[in-house]
Amino acid sequence: MEERKNRVIVTVLGKDQIGIIAWVSNRLAGFNVNILDISQTILQDFFTMIMIVDLNPAQIDAGDLTKTLAEEGRQRGLQVNVQHEDVFAYMHRI
Amino acid sequence: MKITFAPEEILQTIEMVAHEHLDIRTITMGISLLDCVGGIAEMEKKIYDKIARKAERLVDVGARLESQYGIPIIHKRVAVTPVGMISSHLDPEGLVRLAKVLDRAAENVGVNFIGGYSALVQKGMTLGDQKLIEQIPQALAETERVCSSVNIGSTKAGINMDAVLQMGRVILAAAQRTADRDGIAAAKLVVFCNAPEDNPFMAGAFHGPGEPECVINVGVSGPGVVANVVKKHPEADFGELVNLIKRTAFKITRMGELIAQSASEELDIPFGIVDLSLAPTPAIGDSVADILEAMGLERCGTHGTTAALALLNDAVKKGGAMASSHVGGLSGAFIPVSEDAGMVRAVEDGALTLDKLEAMTCVCSVGLDMIAVPGDVSAETLAAIIADEAAIGMINKKTTAVRLIPAIGKKAGERVEFGGLLGGAPVMPLHPFSSAQFVRRGGRIPAPITSLSN
Repeated sequence: MEERKNRVIVTVLGKDQIGIIAWVSNRLAGFNVNILDISQTILQDFFTMIMIVDLNPAQIDAGDLTKTLAEEGRQRGLQVNVQHEDVFAYMHRI
Repeated sequence: MKITFAPEEILQTIEMVAHEHLDIRTITMGISLLDCVGGIAEMEKKIYDKIARKAERLVDVGARLESQYGIPIIHKRVAVTPVGMISSHLDPEGLVRLAKVLDRAAENVGVNFIGGYSALVQKGMTLGDQKLIEQIPQALAETERVCSSVNIGSTKAGINMDAVLQMGRVILAAAQRTADRDGIAAAKLVVFCNAPEDNPFMAGAFHGPGEPECVINVGVSGPGVVANVVKKHPEADFGELVNLIKRTAFKITRMGELIAQSASEELDIPFGIVDLSLAPTPAIGDSVADILEAMGLERCGTHGTTAALALLNDAVKKGGAMASSHVGGLSGAFIPVSEDAGMVRAVEDGALTLDKLEAMTCVCSVGLDMIAVPGDVSAETLAAIIADEAAIGMINKKTTAVRLIPAIGKKAGERVEFGGLLGGAPVMPLHPFSSAQFVRRGGRIPAPITSLSN
């Protein structure tokens, strides 16, 4: 059976500051989450980082990852969202 | 693996959820109870066990999908076979016991409402329907989660006016029995014309006789998302406005489709339909009235409101229809009063009247919904209001519904509070002239000529 795809999109929004990517990638590595692609832009004066990551080898599920990153992000003044890639595929692609 | 989504697309989705109240309103599991017939004690056990077995994982799966997809799923609910179909042999006490076992079964699986304490009597009543309808006030007053609906008319069958008059009495009795709680029992009771068999929304959900053994239906929501897109384009002409709403409805409905397919797969229960309704909540910014006002009306209810609602309702369907493999249920904009802060404000400002609401129900789903009326209303007047709504549904081949709450001991202008998603509302005035002689004539209003479509 084909392995079920379990890719999620992590977005980090907020005021630009040193070490955002270092923090996120360090936490992801700790949970054995594989980063597949990263993009970073400044959009409407906001730091916007979008990562696509693979949760298949991970030791954490999407729900707990969301909770962890959202809470730690809040302490840094950053809004972190974690959503399965299907959400975007369904919503934005016909 | 490259990111194939533009940052704007990703941010738009996040914005919809975080600031515009995009959510999946309900995952509703329909469960047939046709195999649960027997003596009352046997029925109680069979019904409780079957709901426990089928819906055991419903709430857990809902929570898991919510965190996986990052989309709030507000309600998980259960709808069952209309109880009137399986209760002909029971005594009145047995009917109340059935309501109570549904209540316990719902509590056991963790759902906040269970629908299907229902009867389909558009042409006439079976013994079971008759017994059920008589017990509705007590059943709703003595349970928390049970919702009831009665279909009294259809385009094919006409309107059962005997049932209409009886439902006027039942609504009044339900409110009187719960007078200390602002008549909450009446808020769990819907009277339908052309009731859909696969509607996932409460209080009118039931698992119709044409449905499979068990099914997953999903209701989407998102008035806030539509309101914002309308607000951002004040200069758009109608063609452009409709396109904006269609595109938004498409995106909202896609979320419903994704959740419905995933829930169906995880629970191993067939997917039925996605209901693409705009369902408001009392939260600020989650209002259908806001959308209408954003189109350029000073207050919802003023001249132009019916046209604005017609445009909205049609655009939502056009956008949503392509987004889902199976669309069903009610699928249209809801205009409940107490559950929509914008509607409440429009009533309080004197812009929105019952007569205007009635006109609005001609062009949207569902009907006169969550409207508080003075507590001294007569059963005949309630019946006449039901008859008017049913006539609109029957002639226009659409669903209409009436969910009125007689506010016992209160007059027009005073307020009722139900709390939670049911909200609160001002009591609306009714016409002082009697309809009693009309509704007491008895019999059926024949099916319209449009029913002869074969």
